[in-house]
Amino acid sequence: MSTTTPTRPARRTPARSAEAEELGRRADGTRRPWYSSLIARVVMIALAVFFLLPMYWMIISSLKSDEELARFPPTFIPESWQLSNYADAVTAMPFVQFFMNSAIITISVVVLSVISNFIVAYGFSCLKWPGRDLMFYLVIATLFLPFPVTLIPMFDMWARLDLVNTLFPLIIPAMFGSAFYVFLLRQFLLQIPKDMLDAARIDGAREWTILWRLVFPMAKPALTTVAIFAAVASWNDFMGPLIYLQDESVQTLSIGLQSFRSVNSQDVSFNQLMAASFLVIVPLLILFFVFQRYFIKGITIGGFK
Amino acid sequence: MTATLTASPTATQKGPPDPGAPPRRQGRRRLTRTDRHDLAIGLRYISPWLVGIVIFVFYPVGYSIYLSFTRYSGMGAPTWVGLGNYITAFTDPLVAKAAGNTLFFAVIAVPLGLLVALTLAIAMNQNVREVAFYRTIFYAPSLIPAFAMSFIFIVFLNPQFGAFNQVLNLFGGSNVNLLGDPTGVKIAIILMAQFGAGNAALIFLAGLRNVPKTVYEAARVDGASPLRQFFSITLPLLTPVLLFNLITGVSGALQVFTEAYIVTNGTGDPDAGALFYMMYLYQNAFGFAELGYASALAVLLFLAGLTLALLIFFFSRRFVNYDVEAS
Repeated sequence: MSTTTPTRPARRTPARSAEAEELGRRADGTRRPWYSSLIARVVMIALAVFFLLPMYWMIISSLKSDEELARFPPTFIPESWQLSNYADAVTAMPFVQFFMNSAIITISVVVLSVISNFIVAYGFSCLKWPGRDLMFYLVIATLFLPFPVTLIPMFDMWARLDLVNTLFPLIIPAMFGSAFYVFLLRQFLLQIPKDMLDAARIDGAREWTILWRLVFPMAKPALTTVAIFAAVASWNDFMGPLIYLQDESVQTLSIGLQSFRSVNSQDVSFNQLMAASFLVIVPLLILFFVFQRYFIKGITIGGFK
Repeated sequence: MTATLTASPTATQKGPPDPGAPPRRQGRRRLTRTDRHDLAIGLRYISPWLVGIVIFVFYPVGYSIYLSFTRYSGMGAPTWVGLGNYITAFTDPLVAKAAGNTLFFAVIAVPLGLLVALTLAIAMNQNVREVAFYRTIFYAPSLIPAFAMSFIFIVFLNPQFGAFNQVLNLFGGSNVNLLGDPTGVKIAIILMAQFGAGNAALIFLAGLRNVPKTVYEAARVDGASPLRQFFSITLPLLTPVLLFNLITGVSGALQVFTEAYIVTNGTGDPDAGALFYMMYLYQNAFGFAELGYASALAVLLFLAGLTLALLIFFFSRRFVNYDVEAS
């Protein structure tokens, strides 16, 4: 019954039925009287309003004029919708440059993560070899390693390679897989029926062909999840860019907006900063609305058994 | 994800070694030719990760430990100072301050975060038609990057025109500058963190949905109230998920950084009130070029995190319930 014990990954149907179940009602299908969910609804609407507040405040602040933003008590609906804040925000700082840098890093990281983690996860799930599961414990162990303990040697290494102030320190690590994504993909790939792989092997297909021709199409939902996670993490990353990208020309949106604000606090007002921040979030929101079910599936994938 | 904590990672495929099965693993098996062939192919496929773990885990962890015994500015060669950095760390008042701030944050933010996430998960699990809509709204703030959330809170908490003060005024309070107060700034960052509860909430949600419906039906037949059902069924059966969220929560709390960096512009002020451990580590490494000292701080953080995780595991054993099997 659980969403986390996916059935065989025959294309499309499982995702859809899981979705149906997600929206679904009680197993016995009985409907309770309408008022029994009234309290639940009231509480949920209150919670929803609360959780919408930050986004709402960002949007209305981005539309207010300087004068209105500095007024107390604050207005909850902007009196005049000053859309020019958006244009000003983009021109007041090298927004397009920041955006391009963020996009280059994010797209590269997504592509590299999907490929590398898929290959590694294939090795940990679809292939059988002595020591495989023992080795997988090592993957799990690194999942719990806090990143600060590797931070300084990593910086030292990139500095010696003279690659600080380039985008490489933020992209190259994605080529080598990451414990969390390997774990996530492996959980998915283990559900692929072994017979199917063996049949292909008996037919003389090489592993590399099976990987791309047979398994890749089946693994698309899980790979999409990895792509989305990698995209959000990379787009929102703050500490990596903070450490590696010091020149304005290579900075990403996250660090660019912050450093621009702290250096030129007179040149950029908070309504412009809100407008810029909102523009940063828009791609994520689109991603979220288009791929919503992959977010939910991805976080809960692997199950709790 | 908690599969890692609750069972062998291979459970889904082979299951942990079955006590009834013949003791195949005992003794050292010699590798046959096929085995060696399989091993070669397997290693070839995981080779990106193998290279990665050497470059991005083994080397940096080892080098961090080495650097923690040296004085190193990033230029030239590190000079060996033995335990010097550790002795400094234990006598440095700012380390104590930063550790205290981090502890303050963790002690409030972690339990509060679990409570918020669990509340959201229960709301996400309600049997109403438009539940998907609520799920979207509850999760969406988790997408807002920490820097943007910090900007929002800077506006929201502004001492002159912030909406926060208007709310205070409604309740008869006078304007305060939360970000200008050493304790207030910590509270603000704790509140900010609560909007990111979506991920933990979804993990709770998966746990909630794994509780067999039949258990609730049986309880309902026996006349158990919803409250009783929650405390006698839901909560005990959620303990493995709770443990997982607790551990990730604690490890995240020990590393709190971005929000504090932005609302204080990297200073940790007022009065070092938002100088969290990672902030101080960052300042030492990249502000004062004390890479050796910062490495010692990183090693201490690692040990503290490990100790806490082990303590939580140890004390959780009698509370965590692994008995339930999802239907």
